[in-house]
Amino acid sequence: MSILIDETTPVIFQGFTGDKGTFHAQETIEYGTRLVGGVTPGKGGQTHLGLPVFNTVKEAVRATGAKATQIFVPAPFVADAVMEAADAGMELAVVIAEGVPAQDMMKVKRYLLRYPEQYRMILIGPNCAGVISVGKAMLGIMPGHIYEPGRVGIVARSGTLGYEAAAQMSKFGIGVSTSAGIGGDPINGSSFVKILKLFEEDDQTDAVMLIGEIGGPQEAKAAHYVRDRMTKPVVGFVAGLTAPPGRRMGHAGAIIGEAGDTAPEKGEIMRAAGMKVATSPADLGSTMAEALSG
Amino acid sequence: MDIHEHQAKEILAGFGVPVPKGSVAFTADEAVQAAEELGGSRWAVKAQIHSGARGKAGGIKICSTTEEVEQAAHALLGNPLVTHQTGPGGKMVNRVYVETAVPISREMYLGLILDRGLERVTVVAYAQGGVEIEETASADEAVTEVIEPAVGIQPFQAREIAFGLGLAGPQVKQAVAAITGAYRAFRDLDATMVEINPLVVTGSGDVVALDVKMSFDDNALFRRPSIRELRDYSQEDPREVEASQHGLNYIGLDGEIGCIVNGAGLAMATMDLIKHAGAEPANFLDIGGGASPERVANAFRLVMADPQVQVILVNIFAGINRCDWVAEGIVRAAREVELKVPLVVRLAGTHVDEGRKILANSGLEITSPEELGDAALAAVHTLRKKTIKAAASKGQS
Repeated sequence: MSILIDETTPVIFQGFTGDKGTFHAQETIEYGTRLVGGVTPGKGGQTHLGLPVFNTVKEAVRATGAKATQIFVPAPFVADAVMEAADAGMELAVVIAEGVPAQDMMKVKRYLLRYPEQYRMILIGPNCAGVISVGKAMLGIMPGHIYEPGRVGIVARSGTLGYEAAAQMSKFGIGVSTSAGIGGDPINGSSFVKILKLFEEDDQTDAVMLIGEIGGPQEAKAAHYVRDRMTKPVVGFVAGLTAPPGRRMGHAGAIIGEAGDTAPEKGEIMRAAGMKVATSPADLGSTMAEALSG
Repeated sequence: MDIHEHQAKEILAGFGVPVPKGSVAFTADEAVQAAEELGGSRWAVKAQIHSGARGKAGGIKICSTTEEVEQAAHALLGNPLVTHQTGPGGKMVNRVYVETAVPISREMYLGLILDRGLERVTVVAYAQGGVEIEETASADEAVTEVIEPAVGIQPFQAREIAFGLGLAGPQVKQAVAAITGAYRAFRDLDATMVEINPLVVTGSGDVVALDVKMSFDDNALFRRPSIRELRDYSQEDPREVEASQHGLNYIGLDGEIGCIVNGAGLAMATMDLIKHAGAEPANFLDIGGGASPERVANAFRLVMADPQVQVILVNIFAGINRCDWVAEGIVRAAREVELKVPLVVRLAGTHVDEGRKILANSGLEITSPEELGDAALAAVHTLRKKTIKAAASKGQS
């Protein structure tokens, strides 16, 4: 069934009535996502885009049975919105916003641990493009029309490189089951490993494209997970070959500070774990084609 | 965001971390005055730049007379200081910190970092601190404590570190105050790094933070106005400062192909492609999401202001961006600023057909490949042709 979302998942928007929330809610509906309402504190009882608006997430869940939320509040308010969603029993929250303080994320991650693992909300982002289950539903800002439906999963730090991978694969006739962003921040709602696990368990995904970048230990952890736990082929790429050490390359988390942070080191760890690694970002599609044929 | 040593010390002192007495000076006269006010007979005059390894680069001078203080301040102020962390251009010394020089009997290391693997603040300490700890320390000598964010650092954790460093007697209490103070400063001010190197035991047996570095989370500056005020633009690349004012993310590099890209990941990948094709990128530039024609035009001005740039490569895969807006920005910039270098533009994603049409009708000479790999190759090829041409015309004249 693809991962995280599909056409049956009931979804709400937090920050529903703002300009950004409204624009993306429309796009989301157009793509086929089952949007059932939204939350804007103080505007409960109103109707927006033909859907009910609630004051709190709990009210929205009670009235609509929503299971997933797209959070479209400004970065300073993201932590509060995420914790509200978790407390209301949401299964999935997606945050696109860039600029969430790292200590807010530390707090959020700690808060989510209150819930036993089987009930714990999955947080995607922040600072990512969101999630799309191709042809079914989208919670994000990606250009939906570039994705062909298919059986390869994408998990990427970078939104635009995720688009690039999908576009390149479609030239080889390879389609996508779900594409999920983990985001470019130092602390992410979901790790590469978390998403890989979901793809491994998904019977509509045959292989995974993993797109990492410089900085942090996540790519190495993902490589070890692929080696030890995955039966499906995973193709890797790590952006930032030319990045100078100590400089933040746009993403708050993209910085070479410690051993193992560089692109060549991460690529090597992936190769050693048995993954096929695209050396050039122009070879994402062809490397996946090779992996699927071999 | 980084701050100066004297600012970091003032902050930590406010959280109970013991630091030597000192005063900041912007002129040699002020430095002398500071030394006189501090009293004593030994001072350290320390260049204030956003870089470590200042001592080795000659940026820290120990003085025994006020004449020496004046000479030291005079020598440092107004000159760039080059350390192995600053790059060859160095960083301008606009202020010095005059500090009571304390006799040192032992140097240790104390660092607080945001551990990305654990998603916690981790305290790391080494019994041997001082210069080049990065090279000499091995991980198994580290004394570490991971801090639970819900409750913060506990006294027993600070004690474990103090005893782990081999401290005893009243030094333990002083070290505990330093460790817990550093943690509270980290947490309360949204730091991403606090480094005390060295943390020393003085000749009289006191534990003191002799050098301090602090960095802060840019994403949290909105709620830390007192920290935001400490930003020193003289320590940053002026192009990067200008870029940030236009909502652009720019990092200057040494190559010849200017890059204008949307998304940090794609921007890095575009630089990587240039390298694979045998050239070097002149910059990292992310125009961000929802970029207006105005922002794109600003990006162009910024990249063209770099005299090293011989070719510009634009690479856009639009999601929340729009290719037609980007194309309009390109055309606008080309009209306003004389476009002196060849342009390679690759557009994909949202409104790509409209974008390509605008470029085609603009009358500008633009190479516009559809694929990412072809775009980088075209840029490098154009650069080669230009270099050969330049060499040939030089040969003729």
